[in-house]
Amino acid sequence: MTDTLSQLSLLLIIGAIAIYAAAFVTFALDLARRRSPSVTVISAVARHAEAETPTSTTRLANAIGNTGVLVRQSTTSADAHEERPQTSGVLRAAFVLTLVGFGLHLGADVLRGIAAGRVPWANMWEFSMTGTLIIVGVFLLVTLKYDLRFLGTFVIGLVLLLLGIASARYYVPVAPLPPALQSYWLVIHVIVAIIATGFFALGFALSGVQLLKARRERQETDARPPQFAFLRTLPKWAALENLAYRMNIVGFILWTFTLIAGAIWAEKAWGRYWGWDTKEVWTFIIWVLYAGYIHARATRGWRGSRSAWLALIGFSAVMFNFGIVNVFFKGLHSYSGL
Amino acid sequence: MTRSTERIDAEPTERTPTAVSQPRLGIIGWGRWAWRQLTSMRTALFLLLLLALAAVPGSLFPQRTADPNGVVQYFKENPGLAPILDKFQVFDAYTSFWFSSIYLLLFLSLIGCVLPRTVHHLRAIRTAPPRTPARLSRMPGFIALDLNDDGKATGSAVTAPDAIAAARSLLRRRGYRVAVFEGAQTKDSTELSVSAERGYLREAGNLVFHIALLGILITVGIGGGFGYNGNRVVVEGQTMINTLAAYDSFNPGRFFTDAELSPYSIRLDKLAVTYETQNKDARGLPTDYTATVTARTQDSRNGYKTTIKVNEPLNIGGTNVYLLGNGYAPHITVRDPRGHVVFSDFVPFLPQDSNLTSLGVVKVPDGLQQQIGMMGFFYPTKAVAQNGAFYSSYPDVKAPMLTLNVYSGDLGLNGGVPRSVYTLDTSRLKQLTGVSTGVKSIELAPGYSQQLPDGLGSVSLDGVSRFASFQVNHDPAQGWVLLFTVCAFGGLLTSLFVPRRRLWVKAIGQASGPLRLEYAGLARGDDPQLETVVETLAQNHIEALRNRDPGASDGRHPEEDTRRTT
Repeated sequence: MTDTLSQLSLLLIIGAIAIYAAAFVTFALDLARRRSPSVTVISAVARHAEAETPTSTTRLANAIGNTGVLVRQSTTSADAHEERPQTSGVLRAAFVLTLVGFGLHLGADVLRGIAAGRVPWANMWEFSMTGTLIIVGVFLLVTLKYDLRFLGTFVIGLVLLLLGIASARYYVPVAPLPPALQSYWLVIHVIVAIIATGFFALGFALSGVQLLKARRERQETDARPPQFAFLRTLPKWAALENLAYRMNIVGFILWTFTLIAGAIWAEKAWGRYWGWDTKEVWTFIIWVLYAGYIHARATRGWRGSRSAWLALIGFSAVMFNFGIVNVFFKGLHSYSGL
Repeated sequence: MTRSTERIDAEPTERTPTAVSQPRLGIIGWGRWAWRQLTSMRTALFLLLLLALAAVPGSLFPQRTADPNGVVQYFKENPGLAPILDKFQVFDAYTSFWFSSIYLLLFLSLIGCVLPRTVHHLRAIRTAPPRTPARLSRMPGFIALDLNDDGKATGSAVTAPDAIAAARSLLRRRGYRVAVFEGAQTKDSTELSVSAERGYLREAGNLVFHIALLGILITVGIGGGFGYNGNRVVVEGQTMINTLAAYDSFNPGRFFTDAELSPYSIRLDKLAVTYETQNKDARGLPTDYTATVTARTQDSRNGYKTTIKVNEPLNIGGTNVYLLGNGYAPHITVRDPRGHVVFSDFVPFLPQDSNLTSLGVVKVPDGLQQQIGMMGFFYPTKAVAQNGAFYSSYPDVKAPMLTLNVYSGDLGLNGGVPRSVYTLDTSRLKQLTGVSTGVKSIELAPGYSQQLPDGLGSVSLDGVSRFASFQVNHDPAQGWVLLFTVCAFGGLLTSLFVPRRRLWVKAIGQASGPLRLEYAGLARGDDPQLETVVETLAQNHIEALRNRDPGASDGRHPEEDTRRTT
């Protein structure tokens, strides 16, 4: 039974990888099509703002009714975009593919959990599988609020890369939980860390795009030939920066919780809440880096590109902590199952 | 951790004159300059990043506290480099002078920031929102409306004081602190405005977060100073008593005294280990360790039975007792040639791999012609590799086997130097059995006995028990650390998610013409909702003006409230 379910889980994950690959190509195609001026795609956030402005004007007008005349309304929206485009069919197709891939991925993860009779995040393979699922999940969730579909190429690219590495290097059959992991803190501590990673991943993508966009805006002001035509259709760098910040602070809060929950669990399992174990050290380093990012953003002269670089370094540390520290460093968190 | 003037959302301050005619700095001047540098935002940022960087080496090199054997190993493998690294305290990275100085400077900088900000915030809480800006049109989210003087629709004309009174109560109901201001009065127009501010909790949370961090640092220090932890290996059937002498290793804090050790004892009745047997991919993986113990304290002298498990420590006498390790302790007896027992005890063997191939040492200093030492392996389930070497193929006791090599000579115990019971210093010993000597090593199954070489006597394996390795931990400040941590987390949430913003509503009554209403806001810090909030305010305000019941007007003019804060 266990075997059948975990085999099925593996099949689903292969299916998910295939669908994601298609979604990745389609997202990339969408970005490529944004090069040509005739096909312009609305920038995410802008569309959101756009959609709201008329309705709120209408609402106001209704409220005022016959007692008032609306003489002027100016919203100094930071989300103002450069073109007036519409959503492309390619982008919609890519998004639908992502949804389908996510469905298969979710199925694979749940089946793995049922096969193991516990939460599916207790070794490197399961971390990778659940982690990538959450990254896509956070991406979809945030898209409900802000249209970040232009990040699809990046997000699905990252997920494909991670899933590829994981299925090649980290796959292990279902095994029971070692006594050290038999704790409800496994459920809380690890899943919160994974969700934090999902938000950091989005923040990372936004910060990266922000840097590119800032570069392009500088090129335009300096009347130099601007590079990467698709950037033209994206929100202005300041809007991207704001979004990146929002993603990163949510990640930071969750990461702080991970750190605290980890310390409480460590106290229960190892007899001390903090012992500078390699994984603890890297969790701390990441926390300090993102704290630095938040401070940098509030410091004159550091908001913008400099703080964005800190966010990139922070996420690199997250990936290092996951892919390198877990597997190659000696420490108490040696649960990779490899 | 910010000096307010450096904050990106700080209110603009007047520029202080620079360079031109600066007086010479005295000692106090330099001190002030240094303090200013230290508490500046840039320095704090720099120290933060430096702290992240300085934490890295400790994860690359083995640390004495977390992995003492790794340090020994590193010294063996890098005899040239290790002493140099050791000079820079690389193996004690987190208590090193460089790491400590970074975080102490960081906390000093934090104090220098938080103190003035606390004072500033306490003052801000008691002051009224600032005066409405003259030109709201320059502020974010600006909306302007002309209200038709349509008496027929609403019953009576809306005046500027009416509009401001409505805005004021609307804002107050939403938790804003409000103040009403009179603007420029001309012959043709009267201007009245309400200035509102909310989100003082944002700064309060920020301060709580930083102060709580300081609290964590201090309580961690106190806990480390007055606490202790110790390790003890206990074989099934043995009892450990919470006294200094009973510990195999003991790490007291700086201010520890013996009086802190509360009197209790724990007897290990049984250590039950369950192994996975069904799943072929994980056969032999331990799935449960349960130590059944009898604990005795002053309150319960007869003792009570309880269990200690991984993740489930035993709380006893103000300490926590953790089950951290396990292994096998063969019972070994050595007899002299006449058959008199000269050594008989459980000897804990340290596990070397996941199938519990275990390494151990027996030292017999007295009773035989010569001192002898024996070193060997215990295999819970003996298996033979193709090259003839033994190994253990399963961690549980299925086919136990003990092998020993015998050495004779000077065990080095008479010099008064403490020696580890787990290692044998063979430098002054002669090897009597094993490959190089041509004499076969001793191999014993439980219940069997074998002669020692050179007619020294005999050795027998009487049985095998398990041992548990317990850690006892006492940290008097742990609860405080948790409390401050929770405060820090709460403070962080408030400081990042409570928006601090100002809203303004201005009513300009024109002698000839409609009443003009203006709305605008200003965010202090990140505030994604600002424009929506201004819009909603305008909408609700207009609705309130429409729906107001002219008859219920209390006739009180809002001017009475001018400049009064609530």
